[in-house]
Amino acid sequence: MMVLEARRLVKRYGHVTALDGADFEVRAGEIMAVIGDNGAGKSSLIKALSGATIPDSGEIWLDGACVHFRGPIDARRAGIETVYQDLALAPAMSIAENVFLGREHRRAGLAGSFLRLIDRTSMQREAEEQLRHLGIGIRSITQAVETLSGGQRQGIAVARSAAFAQHVVILDEPTAALGVKESGMVLDLIKRVRDRGLSVILISHNMPHVFELADRIHIQRLGKRAALVRTNEIAMSDAVAVMTGAVQSSTSGASG
Amino acid sequence: MLISLPMRTYALPRLAPRRLLAVLPLLFACSPKGDDTPVIGLITKTASNPFFVKMKEGAEQAAAAQGATLIAAAGRSDGDNAGQVTAIENLVAAGAKAILISASDAKAIVPAIKKARDAGILVIALDSPTDPVDAADALFATDNYRAGVLIGAYAKARLGATPAKIATLDLIPGNPTGAQRHNGFLSGFGLPSYEKSRNELAQPPEVVCMTDTMGDQAKGQTAMENCLQAHPDINVVYTVNEPSAAGAFNALQKAGKHKGVLIVSVDGSCRGVQHVVDGALTATAQQYPLRMAELGVEAAMAFIKTGKKTSGYVDTGVQLIAKDSVAAVPSLAADKALGLCWGDK
Amino acid sequence: MNVRRLAFAGPLVALLLACTFFALQSPRFLTGANLSLVLSQVMVVGVLAIGQTLVILTGGIDLACGMIMALGSISMSMLAVKHGWHPAMAIAGGMSVTTLAGMLNGLLVTRIKLPPFIVTLGTMNIAFAATQLVSRAQTVTDLPPLLTWLGNSVRVGNTPIAYGALAMLALYALVFVLLRETAAGRHVYAVGNNSEAARLAGINTNRLLLSVYMLSGLFAGIAALLSIARTGVGDPQSGQTENLDTVTAVVLGGTSLFGGRGLIVGSLVGALIVGVFRNGLTLMGVSSVYQILVTGVLVILAVATDQWSRKA
Repeated sequence: MMVLEARRLVKRYGHVTALDGADFEVRAGEIMAVIGDNGAGKSSLIKALSGATIPDSGEIWLDGACVHFRGPIDARRAGIETVYQDLALAPAMSIAENVFLGREHRRAGLAGSFLRLIDRTSMQREAEEQLRHLGIGIRSITQAVETLSGGQRQGIAVARSAAFAQHVVILDEPTAALGVKESGMVLDLIKRVRDRGLSVILISHNMPHVFELADRIHIQRLGKRAALVRTNEIAMSDAVAVMTGAVQSSTSGASG
Repeated sequence: MLISLPMRTYALPRLAPRRLLAVLPLLFACSPKGDDTPVIGLITKTASNPFFVKMKEGAEQAAAAQGATLIAAAGRSDGDNAGQVTAIENLVAAGAKAILISASDAKAIVPAIKKARDAGILVIALDSPTDPVDAADALFATDNYRAGVLIGAYAKARLGATPAKIATLDLIPGNPTGAQRHNGFLSGFGLPSYEKSRNELAQPPEVVCMTDTMGDQAKGQTAMENCLQAHPDINVVYTVNEPSAAGAFNALQKAGKHKGVLIVSVDGSCRGVQHVVDGALTATAQQYPLRMAELGVEAAMAFIKTGKKTSGYVDTGVQLIAKDSVAAVPSLAADKALGLCWGDK
Repeated sequence: MNVRRLAFAGPLVALLLACTFFALQSPRFLTGANLSLVLSQVMVVGVLAIGQTLVILTGGIDLACGMIMALGSISMSMLAVKHGWHPAMAIAGGMSVTTLAGMLNGLLVTRIKLPPFIVTLGTMNIAFAATQLVSRAQTVTDLPPLLTWLGNSVRVGNTPIAYGALAMLALYALVFVLLRETAAGRHVYAVGNNSEAARLAGINTNRLLLSVYMLSGLFAGIAALLSIARTGVGDPQSGQTENLDTVTAVVLGGTSLFGGRGLIVGSLVGALIVGVFRNGLTLMGVSSVYQILVTGVLVILAVATDQWSRKA
């Protein structure tokens, strides 16, 4: 059963057609990589799925029900969490504050409902648990995000999504800015997120990482899905060839 | 499917506050009468100082009575020379035949005045002289130094033989008007002081506290409070204008010292004279902004009608106002001075 | 966490050093009466600085707050004296005017998307002109006692402390709690630190910014009442230096002009530093020009220390 599906998505910006009838699907508990050259429409596809933009036409189905996202908050409420390329963290604020930004816990009783005071301790405790669960090492949950390394920050952003997601976590170029060791940490982290039962959509131009992580690969080209393949049924060079248009794929459309 | 609205950004023209204030009055100054209504320009230091507001009102009335149009402009703040230069240029372009100006910077304004005079326009300095004085056709002003001398002499006469502990609440460093009043006060008081042309403030040992107020009431209060903390036995307070005097009085009153301390000031506004009547101000030197404006407009009209230029210096007068008179220093009784005061009562 | 503590400690240490220095220079400095006096002298700028801190925390700036305060001051006093309104209504009226001015700032920033520097530069002049036109440059006197009530004092031991000064301290405590313990308070920091992240986190950044500018207007109204209470008059010439005085207090207090970092209490310390120097230097007989020089040097030192502590 498909957790998230999209059919015939179209999105135009002026004279530029970013999505030209694109399809998409991802199953429960799978890691779907989305690859494609610049201008293929990867970002537009992901923005449509995460609610950041509204497609001109087409349909999106979540858990079998048709959905219309009017903004990123709608998608979040529906259980789709997105980790953007710049991470969307507030550097001067603490890890716990960043994890719960916009969704702060209120204190019990009148202090919370009437005075609207936040419950700092419970947020710190939960954030610590989430990070520990996912194996992310930090010194203190109250340290400022800007004191963390690039890999740790990525870990926080991923952990935040994993903590709140109910269906899908979308990751946009999670290892692009990281060195070898830190990339390895993040890749392990993504596997653990999948092991929780969440679906992961991974946009990446890093082929080795894609082939290490993904169960299936969605190849985007010229605003459409050019191919949808199982990772273990295609060679890296062939995947790149389809991506650049050197080879026409015979397996465009749903497979497996 | 809901459609999201694109967000537009608007570009607004750059705001240039100084120029705007100088030019704005010109936009509303179109005369409904025929083309031959003479235009007189008035440029004051600021648009907010009540002294200049009253001067402007006086000039407007005098001009209307003579069948002329008055266009008023001002600098953005005390010392804003650029704004006044712009105002001169705009008034010349608007066809002003005579310009009355109270210059913020006596030296820096001279080239702009020369240009206007070269174009055949009569330029009269009001209240503040240009440097050199003959850069303008004529000067109608208060002698600020003399104003200081009057209140200094009065304060000394009232104090008598008691050793003086003086606080001076001045304007801002380098301002000529403030310096003349301050140095005049000390001279009138009989203490060593500087002459009229110097812009620095003299400080003989009797002046135990010398501080700046920008002529503002709240700052005058703070200055007086701090001075009193340092020297609780201050018995004479010189203030550069009546708002700062009001602030000083507040501070003295809160400290319970207002009865034993002499406060003197310069201005002669109705509010200030009322304070003299009420006892909140011991004496003030009254100046006559309305007279300056009237004389200015008269001279301008004489020039426009007959081409005869006024020249020289007219002292528009300074009068000591006090409640209790002292033999050696003639003064006008405060309640009588209410009839001569400027400003709202 | 260490960086945060240091950022706050800096201004406090500076204040304590200044107090120690002046106490050594003059025996009159460290008396209850003198310290209470300093508190009264900074209460207007202190309250104005609360609004300025909030705006600066969101990454904006309010160059108009002093002029808006003057407009509020004239509105309140003229409503009470010239139009015969009940004093409580006049106060409410004045505060409504300033809050509306703040709302204008907020709308120009959020809807028309103009930079706060430009917006408040414009509204600063508009407020100034409005104040002059409405008041005809005349000070408003003979105010009903309710308007000046906050200028009265309560005796603590032998020392009189103005109600207004106590009000300022209470307001700082209130805003401190709001910023630290409510979600909206944390969102203020988030918007200043990374507004895009805040937006993506679901925070309505436009609504938050509008609220912050309106609050700045409200605090200008409260400052107007304190100004009236201190001087006893409605003064159309007031507020002209307060625009930048509040920025000085905020910067001296360790808040970053880029937004997202700083403590509200820092601004109180910053305002006190300026007040202490002004008072202390006068007690020492030093000319006012040096007070201005010292303030300038302090501002640069404050920003430099802040930068350095961040790198450490």
